[in-house]
Amino acid sequence: MEQIGILEGRQKQVFEKKTGTTQADIACDTSSLSGSVSQRACVFCGSRVVLYPVADALHLVHGPIGCAAYTWDIRGAVSSGPELHRLSFSTDLQEIDVIYGGEKKLYQSLIELIDKYKPKAAFIYSTCIVGLIGDDIEAVCRKVAKETGIPVLPVHSEGFKGTKKDGYKAACHALMKLIGTESTEGISKRSINILGEFNLAGEAWMIKDYYKKMGVEVVATLTGDGRIDAVRRAHGASLNVVQCSGSMTSLAKEMEEKYGIPFIRVSYFGIEDMSKSLYDVATYFSDCPEIMEAAKGVVREEVTTLYPQLQKFKKALSGKKAAIYVGGAFKTFSLIKALRSIGMSVVLAGSQTGNKDDYRRLKEMCDEGTIIVDDSNPVELSKFILEKEADLLIGGVKERPIAFKLGVGFCDHNHERKIPLAGFEGMYNFALEVYQSVMSPVWQFAPRKGGLK
Amino acid sequence: MSQETKETQMKHAKTATQNACKLCNPLGACLAFRGIENCVPFLHGSQGCATYIRRYLISHYKEPIDIASSNFHEETAVFGGSHNLQAGLKNVTQQYKPEVIGIATTCLSETIGDDVEGILREYRKREKNGTPMPILIHASTPSYQGSHIDGFHAAVRSSVKALAEKGATGNLVNIFPNMVSPADLRYLKEILGEFRLPYMMLPDYSETMDGGPWGEYHRIPPGGTPARAIATAGRASGSIEFSSTIEPSKSAASYLEESFGVRKHHLTLPIGIKASDRFFALLETLTERATPERYEAERRRLVDAYADGHKYVFEKRVIIYGEEDLVIAMTAFLSEIGITPVLCASGGKSGMLRKKIEEIVPDLDEKEIKVREGVDFVDIEDEAQLLKPDFLIGNSKGFTLSRKNNIPLIRIGFPIHDRFGGQRMHHLGYRGTQELFDRIVNTVIEQRQNASSIGYTYM
Repeated sequence: MEQIGILEGRQKQVFEKKTGTTQADIACDTSSLSGSVSQRACVFCGSRVVLYPVADALHLVHGPIGCAAYTWDIRGAVSSGPELHRLSFSTDLQEIDVIYGGEKKLYQSLIELIDKYKPKAAFIYSTCIVGLIGDDIEAVCRKVAKETGIPVLPVHSEGFKGTKKDGYKAACHALMKLIGTESTEGISKRSINILGEFNLAGEAWMIKDYYKKMGVEVVATLTGDGRIDAVRRAHGASLNVVQCSGSMTSLAKEMEEKYGIPFIRVSYFGIEDMSKSLYDVATYFSDCPEIMEAAKGVVREEVTTLYPQLQKFKKALSGKKAAIYVGGAFKTFSLIKALRSIGMSVVLAGSQTGNKDDYRRLKEMCDEGTIIVDDSNPVELSKFILEKEADLLIGGVKERPIAFKLGVGFCDHNHERKIPLAGFEGMYNFALEVYQSVMSPVWQFAPRKGGLK
Repeated sequence: MSQETKETQMKHAKTATQNACKLCNPLGACLAFRGIENCVPFLHGSQGCATYIRRYLISHYKEPIDIASSNFHEETAVFGGSHNLQAGLKNVTQQYKPEVIGIATTCLSETIGDDVEGILREYRKREKNGTPMPILIHASTPSYQGSHIDGFHAAVRSSVKALAEKGATGNLVNIFPNMVSPADLRYLKEILGEFRLPYMMLPDYSETMDGGPWGEYHRIPPGGTPARAIATAGRASGSIEFSSTIEPSKSAASYLEESFGVRKHHLTLPIGIKASDRFFALLETLTERATPERYEAERRRLVDAYADGHKYVFEKRVIIYGEEDLVIAMTAFLSEIGITPVLCASGGKSGMLRKKIEEIVPDLDEKEIKVREGVDFVDIEDEAQLLKPDFLIGNSKGFTLSRKNNIPLIRIGFPIHDRFGGQRMHHLGYRGTQELFDRIVNTVIEQRQNASSIGYTYM
């Protein structure tokens, strides 16, 4: 087979773990190489994913139609009440607006939409073109907020002004403007916010339930099953628990600075990290030992049910090899542990937005010979999947067809999934999904596996 | 004006687009470029455009689709996209070894006014002695103009414009099939093959967007129309272009007629018996052959099925939406089976929708057929609540309103994100019409069966 090379401009973003040699740090945190077919999206995407689950807000995309059309009902982020977030609103800018400016259209759209849908707040996303034609979005937002009496928040998410991470920041910036605008009366001292949990397939509800059993109040989940009023009270919590570290650490830092709320980083994927995320919260509230007791109780109960259920999968999957390519690096840490707990090893671990610390840690965790990659692309991913003979790829929609074309199992671990993979129950679902894909008899027909004829 | 009409119009006085019934221009271009052999679609703009469009296409086609991007940064937006475009082309050439790169612009590169043609000229000159030079095709597809279908046509036209050459006219026929499914494309190729008519079909993503498994990695999936075949388009004896609304300035067939004297034959998308008959009649004329027996047999079975199923569908009221050409073709089909399209709606805005539908159904006002262009799904929902149709026909984005208002949805066209096999669905010719007719009849039967408390086992 023909050798697949790696583009010169990308060689420092890929390495294979070899102990006993000095390996330079991976290059990361840079914008994608032109023409490299990055799996990343843009600034707008970063903002949109973070704010998307706020269910009682109006999300208006200011720009031509594409950005709104491609993000209509895109996430599996569910709401227990209003579902305004599942609609798609766009100013649908036309050539004439590009020439004469889109401020009037934006103003008119906002007035009409707020009147029709009665949202608790509105987020206005700037897209590429708005950054060029110079609409004064801030002014329009101020005017509409004054006239309608609801917060109208500009989100500076022009696609080209940075990477997805800058989009996260812009979203956090908008949230920060809401936080601190409501009374915190009645909030318990033993309370937390969960940051970076988006309630995909109801995951936030499961997690909140664990904390509730421990006697810990969850003031706001940012942004899963999100509500504007809850966001406004978030500064009343004693601790911020940050799950998707890439997207929400900046908000946690800002809240620490402004409100003195400390934060811890957690992950809800896999038994080990899920349990730790309960213990870490309990440790923080160590003045109340019952919380730790309750946390132990929750873990005991859940693991007692889960552990035997996983054995069937472990038996089948032992020795199988996985490749991971996801958005945030923090998720890869948990996935490596989760895969190990069902007998699988990891031959490729990569992310779209990891930083130097993430990759150092990843290197420590990984087995000898594992490929570690930042901001990869289909060509590279295929190369490594084939070279390392992976049996499974974990990724999102854009990675899925690569796996299936090559006759490799696939587990959807991105924001479109409909199955909860977080929490203890999620670990069962994860193992089941991996098992069902890797062990399927259909691969016997794949050319790579001999192509039965 | 009645109070009700006034209120409806008030409701429509809306500025923002809500749940769009269209996509942006570059998406169509990427899909069309995917129908050229060994071609990588390349978007000149932000990274997000390429990624979002890939995700959107993958969810329908279930195939890898690599779209490169010049990946604008702030400096690019200030100083122009020349550097990024050239670096990107170089990297794509190195990594994909393509024969063709199909470059489509986005709102960003169009607004900053990049002279893409000029940049490409410079690139060709500079890289002349470097790596092998792919053919660079450029389509202008600003997202603030038109919709995805315009991008599709722009990519087809610019490919022909870039490649078609003069020469002695042969018996070759060009076929521009419009944005149809891979299954439709395969069926068209089969028909042309059976007629023994040499053809150049553009685009042809029948394999690239619905292909087999890979034993080894393919940088670019096999399939598509070779550039050298597109080069022969200028020597064809005629062009068949399926479109009712395409303007000459956007049409590949018109370009070939104007520049090379290749006669154009514009047809409605051949959906329904009458439209399919016109297509087959044209093929008979062009080849001086009778329609092959297998298609006569398909037609006979379809006529027979119409008879078997007519009572289920007669005077059913439907809302049809989607690209204008599809809506027009579907209206023709629905009319010939006795279904009333109470609303023919499109997110597109050619200004021709009503006129074209009137040509098919001259008494549309009497029949109370509404035609609306430039609408979104909230407009369609408002209409649905007044019109109370029996079902909706269109892409899967109508599901939100279908579920909310309890109106069944028959999924056709693109995108189909919530069902399996959209890429293998037929729409065209007798075969496609048969499939559509069966599905429509079954929708009615299922509705009746479920609505009855008796539990009939014969319907």
